[in-house]
Amino acid sequence: MAGGEGGFAARPFSLSSQEIKLSRSENPAFSEVTVGLGAETAKRHQKDRVYRGDTVFRGLTAGCALTIPLLMAAIFIALLSYSLPTLREFGLHFFLSEEWNPVSQQFGAASSIFGTLVSTIIAMVIAIPLSLAIALLLVELAPPGLSRVVGTLIELLAAIPSIIYGMWGMFVFAPFMSSHIQPLVKRWLGFLPLFQGPPMGLGLLTAGIILSFMVLPFICAITRDVFQMVPAIIKESAYGMGATTWEVTYKVTIPYGLVGIIGAFFLGLGRALGETMAVTFVIGNSHKISASLFAPGNSIASCLANEFAEATESLYISSLVTLGLVLFVITYLVQVVCQLMLKRMYRAWSVGL
Amino acid sequence: MRKMVLAMLLVFLTAVVSFAQTPVAINGAGATFPQPVYAKWAHKYAELTKNRINYQGIGSGGGIAQIKAKTVDFGGTDEPLKAVDLESLGVFQFPTVMGGVVPVLNVKGMEAGRLALDGPTLANIFLGKITKWNDAEIKKLNPDLKLPDKDITVVHRSDGSGTTFIFTSYLSTVSPKWKEQVGTGKAVKWPAKNSVGAKGNPGVAGQVQNIDGAIGYVEFAYAHQNKIPYARLKNKAGVLVAPNLESFQAAAANADWKKAPPGFSLLLIDQPGKGSWPIVGLTWILIYKDQPDAVKGKAILKFFDWCFKHGGDMAKELHYVTLPAAVVEVVEAAWAKEIKAAGKSLWP
Repeated sequence: MAGGEGGFAARPFSLSSQEIKLSRSENPAFSEVTVGLGAETAKRHQKDRVYRGDTVFRGLTAGCALTIPLLMAAIFIALLSYSLPTLREFGLHFFLSEEWNPVSQQFGAASSIFGTLVSTIIAMVIAIPLSLAIALLLVELAPPGLSRVVGTLIELLAAIPSIIYGMWGMFVFAPFMSSHIQPLVKRWLGFLPLFQGPPMGLGLLTAGIILSFMVLPFICAITRDVFQMVPAIIKESAYGMGATTWEVTYKVTIPYGLVGIIGAFFLGLGRALGETMAVTFVIGNSHKISASLFAPGNSIASCLANEFAEATESLYISSLVTLGLVLFVITYLVQVVCQLMLKRMYRAWSVGL
Repeated sequence: MRKMVLAMLLVFLTAVVSFAQTPVAINGAGATFPQPVYAKWAHKYAELTKNRINYQGIGSGGGIAQIKAKTVDFGGTDEPLKAVDLESLGVFQFPTVMGGVVPVLNVKGMEAGRLALDGPTLANIFLGKITKWNDAEIKKLNPDLKLPDKDITVVHRSDGSGTTFIFTSYLSTVSPKWKEQVGTGKAVKWPAKNSVGAKGNPGVAGQVQNIDGAIGYVEFAYAHQNKIPYARLKNKAGVLVAPNLESFQAAAANADWKKAPPGFSLLLIDQPGKGSWPIVGLTWILIYKDQPDAVKGKAILKFFDWCFKHGGDMAKELHYVTLPAAVVEVVEAAWAKEIKAAGKSLWP
């Protein structure tokens, strides 16, 4: 039981090392002092006694933590090695070609990349203003009872599995789009190339709208939390100066939480990019690029979900894996940008407070 | 207390040992199209013999990959392997069941079986050459029908599928233009401008029902169960036939099985005979010619023999058609010649 005892005694040490990390990332100005302190404590502890349990514990957690970068690297390397035949065969042309013909073994990713980006953009264009409005209502305007009920409902919405969104989209929403919304849009905006073609109910627009329903709860929940973190004293001083609710929202709440809100948008974006099942049901699954949002298209994730099981030829499989690599890289980049944003947010907050 | 535990352990151990000894567990994976009927057969067979046959519907591509990797005892595929591949892999291929593929449509007021089409017209619709339901070519085949001035939306499978393979085989057979422009495959580049892909037979069935003016293709069972209006087709003999078990059976009976290429990779497309439905497809089983385990190898063949001889009614309930008796004989004769374990023939 010596190890257990050692681990217990080492608690102050691990706590202080955590402090170092936290203060470092939070505020560079204070880091030197804290590092100095932490190092001193650590040295004193090490001089006193070697804590075996502590070393084991640290090694164990480090090992666990190491699985994450290893997993990332393993996935990336596997994707890359399986993509090589495609990249060798088609080169850069793979990313620019719209052709996707399993019979003649000609593959190009352009239509899938296009569909992924367009459906995600539509989703964000709808979800961002909607979720901002809902979050503001919940925090600023609604009575607490209502705000609690709506807040719970939003969290429930986030818990619905995506295949259910897909089925609902296909059997309920798509027919509704084709019989009510699309004819209406066509009548007023049909002269635009964006809204041409027969109203089938399926296509990029429907996929984007379904996606917006799916990312809405995520963005909304985080935005609400960000708004709630705005110190009441700041808002109250604004009210005290005679500001209206709109002015407080517009000039205090939103600027204060701006970076956090942007972080929420990026999280939603990450989810929208990789969403598979719901999109597969409603996007129309056609390897074509069209100017019209009514036209069927496809996304990287939906293409993979559709075609992987029955792909037999090695070049076909390789091309699908390359699509996966493209999605991996896009999502990774979005996450990197998101992390940078969040880091900035913390910095901005520590200065503000 | 200790005695009881010991006794229980003993009972458990004997159970495990006896379980491992007598019944055989066989694993297969592959095509999803025959999965319902394989599952039904396996269930009944396990009741009778205690031999368990596990079949996982992971797709033909998966089935071929798994048998190549030797992780399963048999594979299933909807697209036959070529003779060259069979030879190089040392794999034997034989058919099990057949199913019909049916064009389904959604035109307001059109009942099942009212619309008549022939191969070239169907191909032109899927090529995007015929874009309206009141096109002269469709009118010519249906002089008494009132056809609306409506856009045609083509609904196809978005996932790679044996159904697509069967359907495109048919279109390639009856239309040189289709053969040249699109070809045959489990997934193809769909040329019609107004076309939508949907996942699985239920997906296509659902989209056809959703979209006014749609035409698609599904396995017969889905058209039948969902009561989606289907079209009659003109067969090779020039007769308009409706899709049903009899017309599928007729196609199988009229096919020339003796001339089947190695691996029985026969397509029952556009077969002669007045009653033959023109779009019928087979599904195949893949097993190694040289079986590593004689007991298992024999058990696999016994199972499929039982299915051929006693599984017809169960298959019929699920709208599949089993092979004609004459064909079963040819298949089993090939088993006797080709499938061996340690140099010894496993059948009969």
